[in-house]
Amino acid sequence: MTGYLIRRILWMIPTLFVVIFITFVIMHATPGGPWDVSPDSRTSDPRVQEALNRAYGLDKPLFFNPEAAQKAQAAGKNPLEVAQAYFDGQFGNYFANLAKGDLGPSYRFRGRRVQDVIAEAPSGKPFYQSRFGTTVFLGVLAMLIALVIGFPLGLIAGLKQNTLVDNGSLLIATIGYGIPSFVLGIFFIFVFAVWLKWINVLEFDYWERWQAWALPALTLAIPTGAYIARLTRSSVIEVMRQDYIRTAHAKGLPERLVIFRHIVRNSMIPVVTFIGPALAGLVTGSFIIESQFSVNGIGRLFVESINRRDYTMILALTIIYAVLVAFANLAVDIVYGFLDPRIKVGGGKA
Amino acid sequence: MAQATTTVTINPLLQQNIKTRKPASLWRDAWRRLFRNRGSVVGLIIVGFFFFVAIFAPVLAPHNPQEMFPGKSYEGPVWETGNSQFILGTDSIGRDVLSRVIYGARTSLAVGFIPLGVILLIGMTIGMVAGYFGGRTDNLLMRLTDIVYAFPDILFFIIMITALRDTWIGQLLNGMVLLFVALALVTWVTVARLMRGQVLAVKERDYVEAARSIGSSNGRIMLRHILPNSLAPIIVAAAFIVPASILAEAILGYLGIGIRPTTDPNAWFPTSWGTLLLDGRVALQSQVWLLIAPAVCIATIMLAFTFIGDGLRDALDPMMKGRM
Repeated sequence: MTGYLIRRILWMIPTLFVVIFITFVIMHATPGGPWDVSPDSRTSDPRVQEALNRAYGLDKPLFFNPEAAQKAQAAGKNPLEVAQAYFDGQFGNYFANLAKGDLGPSYRFRGRRVQDVIAEAPSGKPFYQSRFGTTVFLGVLAMLIALVIGFPLGLIAGLKQNTLVDNGSLLIATIGYGIPSFVLGIFFIFVFAVWLKWINVLEFDYWERWQAWALPALTLAIPTGAYIARLTRSSVIEVMRQDYIRTAHAKGLPERLVIFRHIVRNSMIPVVTFIGPALAGLVTGSFIIESQFSVNGIGRLFVESINRRDYTMILALTIIYAVLVAFANLAVDIVYGFLDPRIKVGGGKA
Repeated sequence: MAQATTTVTINPLLQQNIKTRKPASLWRDAWRRLFRNRGSVVGLIIVGFFFFVAIFAPVLAPHNPQEMFPGKSYEGPVWETGNSQFILGTDSIGRDVLSRVIYGARTSLAVGFIPLGVILLIGMTIGMVAGYFGGRTDNLLMRLTDIVYAFPDILFFIIMITALRDTWIGQLLNGMVLLFVALALVTWVTVARLMRGQVLAVKERDYVEAARSIGSSNGRIMLRHILPNSLAPIIVAAAFIVPASILAEAILGYLGIGIRPTTDPNAWFPTSWGTLLLDGRVALQSQVWLLIAPAVCIATIMLAFTFIGDGLRDALDPMMKGRM
């Protein structure tokens, strides 16, 4: 198990490296540069652009810098420095900074580093009110709502299999699971903002009006909650067929105890393993909900960065998302190994 | 399979009848189970309806989706204005909403089904080869899978389309080609992985061993023995890939990086539901139907595919029935 874990974690490094590489290449294949005021035209002065490029290191070659290496060699530098000069391209510099935890300058939030925009709270606010904190909070809130809705619904449906209650819950769960959350968001906005006029979807600080979280969190939670309900239901049905449940009934255990001590506990296994990737999915998948409801998190930042071509920001957010997903997948494997000893994660090629 | 036990005591008169009846194959059984499932029948009808609308869009649409009616922007729907010229009203530059929604069905179905063929072909071939021969191909595939899985799909689409939108490939068919390519690039891996797992399980079966012992070639074993026996989960996966592609297009459109706007009145794919959602979001206060109509369409088609997918899973894998 330990060896397997170490191998998995070590594999994440080249994987993430390739992810960064691909994103980097794609972002730089884009016609038009980060200084275009409008995405369709170059409107800034070429001299200004040149100066900006030099300031941000964008005048250097993308990957390798043989010119600098030759210069270094001619200057009689030692081989290490020559090699360093050879990799003095945009990618090399980005990567070297990344290793130091520096995600580079934001091209749009002038004068700020990407990591500050992402992780620093507005001045005078506690640290968790940063964009990243906002997104994580929204994700966790949605996860809790999804569990609170989904698990009991699935449990009741499973316990009363093939009854009206079951069919009704299954239908609700399938509908909730089938309709994408951003379409749900549209319906919610229509109902609450246009029709009932309860809310106005305008700029305001979510941290100052706690009721405001309800709508985006619910929108985000419904598909996940519905999926959890379906997962729980099938798991409950499976567990109820097991011998130990029959034994528990046979020895005269009260129904309530059978349900809570045996059925609930055992049917939770697949749900618990689902929490990791679900949370990652909620955090990475909330960008459209965040823009819909004007939640000031990293998802909305991502959407805005696309429109503003803030390459370093897009690159950084993609990396953050990829890391989250990678850890979520890892967490599933670990949790699975703990919860169900019959599953051997170490054996064979996974 | 379940029907095979009825032939124990047989009325000689009936015997002929039974002999001429085709044996119930796995696929036949699956079809029957699929059509007995109420949810999937409803789903199939809905998807069939959207196909009909998409194919006959020029006949069904009351106006050309690109035709602008000057001075008629943000007309309300017929039950508000009484003007039956625009049943769902008009958009910001006076184009008929209903016609645009009808043409949007084309885009969505094209995005759902056209890349699917490529995805299945590439994914199944590579999954088959990797699973059957193992070794280096297999290793390479698994590493590639790790990388693609590390990207959240939709983010990969977004960065790819943002980057390549203005290049020549992004211009083909108002950007539809780029969308197809992006979808195929990400999704084939899922199919390949699934196929590989299936092949690994199936290739150890006795009938494969038997085929090999009578000297069947690798190609024959793969095509005649392994392929048909690994298809079921791929079909189920396909039923989930189609709505995922439709959803991806809708999200991209909603973010403003979907298919490119065009003014060509004869364009095949003049608009998409995702793009309409964006138009509707902007016009939220003035023309609600521009938002609601495509949203309802997307929700309906997504639901229909969910029902079909569930039905297919139950039909093709009776052991899984009632689960998930």
